Amino acid sequence: MNKILEPFKRISWKYLINYIAVAVVGLLFTVLTFSSGLPQSTLFLLEKITMNIILVVSLSLVVGFLGELSLGHAGFMCVGAYIGGKVACILSESIDGDGIVSFLIALLVGAAVAGAFGFIIGLPALRLKGDYLAIVTLAFGEIVKTVFANSSEDTFGGSMGLRTPRFDKQYLFIIGFVLVLITLAVIQNLIRSKHGRAITAIRDNEIAARATGINVTKYKLIAFVISAIFAGVAGVFYSFANSTVKASVFDYNYSIDILIMVVIGGMGNISGAIISATAITYINTELQTLLTGGAAVYKDIIYALILIVIIIYNNASALKSFRERFNLKALLKKTKLFNKTRQGYADDEGKWDRVPTKIDMDELLSVDVNVVESIKNPDKEEM
Amino acid sequence: MAEYVLETKNLGISFGGLKAVQDVNLKIAKNEIYGLIGPNGAGKTTVFNMLTGVYQPTTGTFYLDGENLTGLSQEKINHKGIARTFQNIRLFNNMTVIRNVMVGLHNLPEFKCGVIPTILRLPKQYRTERAMVARAEEILDIFGLKELKNTLACNLPYGKQRKLEIARALSTSPKLLLLDEPAAGMNPQETAELMDTIRFVRDNFDMTILLIEHDMSLVQGICDNVTVLNFGTTLAQGKTDEALADPEVVKAYLGDDD
Repeated sequence: MNKILEPFKRISWKYLINYIAVAVVGLLFTVLTFSSGLPQSTLFLLEKITMNIILVVSLSLVVGFLGELSLGHAGFMCVGAYIGGKVACILSESIDGDGIVSFLIALLVGAAVAGAFGFIIGLPALRLKGDYLAIVTLAFGEIVKTVFANSSEDTFGGSMGLRTPRFDKQYLFIIGFVLVLITLAVIQNLIRSKHGRAITAIRDNEIAARATGINVTKYKLIAFVISAIFAGVAGVFYSFANSTVKASVFDYNYSIDILIMVVIGGMGNISGAIISATAITYINTELQTLLTGGAAVYKDIIYALILIVIIIYNNASALKSFRERFNLKALLKKTKLFNKTRQGYADDEGKWDRVPTKIDMDELLSVDVNVVESIKNPDKEEM
Repeated sequence: MAEYVLETKNLGISFGGLKAVQDVNLKIAKNEIYGLIGPNGAGKTTVFNMLTGVYQPTTGTFYLDGENLTGLSQEKINHKGIARTFQNIRLFNNMTVIRNVMVGLHNLPEFKCGVIPTILRLPKQYRTERAMVARAEEILDIFGLKELKNTLACNLPYGKQRKLEIARALSTSPKLLLLDEPAAGMNPQETAELMDTIRFVRDNFDMTILLIEHDMSLVQGICDNVTVLNFGTTLAQGKTDEALADPEVVKAYLGDDD
């Protein structure tokens, strides 16, 4: 009996739980929609949530695991949405308009082009550090948006937006869940591998990573391109979920929204990213439907208040004992089910939650080992 | 095979008009423990930074086993066989002890595994990972860190952090190990222990070691030869006891008689 169970003991639940949760929720809604049908608003919400999970998980690779700040995620999504939408338009004239085949082709092309953009932007931009990279990616997002908004009407639809062939609305969210699972598989497997270790080593100490022989540029590019590819995937999904793709959707506010979800979910915490993407998208959509007319102006205030409360709750030292007693991990421990400490090699025991991004880590931003140190503690230099 | 593991020829660097280091000529034979010493600001760490590619030397060249490595990037130099530790410890703090060492194993040819196989979780990925864990545990065992392998690096006590940094540097299978003030902040007993570790590393890993140190008991205890730097120039060079007895060196450390 023990021999049969042996391989299961090594499974790292930390990552597996994400697949299970997404698959179970996806199946649940699939069954619901086939048996009784779901209202339009729920379908719309599910599409939005799955799209945002893809975005948040992919951005989390760059922000949480690589430790670089990217504010251009919506830009890559924009590329994916327009290219994917356009491909679907072209395909709808030749083969079946709303079939799965054209969706898959559009998906591959959109993701590839977004990835290519990630490579082109990443190659020069990743030589920059911290806030400079944030500014460059921010500019990239705005440029992409503007270029598509000013395209001629018969290429990308111009300011009116690109009209895309609609996919069968009823079942699109199922594809969304499948895409989330694929995103999770790629990013989690990458993180858990030796390459993921190299990426997190760069975040922890870039100078030491270089000295240990890690090809920093290569790994930054890998993380950046994979992140861009999945932003493209989310973009293609968006173009299929909406009948028109408008450039104004992909402004920097959207990039920052995604970043907020990453931060609230916890840096480098995939489960957290999924939960925060779900919760924040839900809150946002609910507020939008609840507050109509004149009350709509309060939406942003309430949204901001919720974010502030979450952040204070997570960080206030006065609430520390409360947090420790009532957090999910402690409650699970009480059930004695998850009480074992495993010696497995597969999952990373890193304390991701208090890892700052490089923007706070000035000492990492300079290759100038000595100069920075002597500035920081002048009397300790070469003691 | 070259006569020396590391040979530098007129190595020097200037920042703007300031000549930080000039004409450093080191010749380090295999299995030697070589000391690089000098008063504060003498340019010792700058020499290390040139040898590891952090700075590009403005004059001179250096050779590892007869191969010219001048001008290569940091990671290339590491792949060629120079590994280092830092003056103030630079570990991957948010990673466990074993993972720190596994990052060092990353580029070894026997643990090669592309990005695609890892994403697809092919059997190769599991094989590589298992082999890496086994090797990392071996290395940790040698340094007495195996019990602590799942501790976060930042939670280790100071002396163990130093050891881990040396272990990580060694895991890249270098030909030459550069230790930047390994005994800084250690008490005499820890220093003695460190001397044993360094000797042990030399004997068991067949290693050549270049170290910067201020602790003269350590330098006299383990260094075969030393180079004394002052204001970026070589003051004395040779057998440890002779070089330390050189009147110029005594003057640089203790000041003139009058």
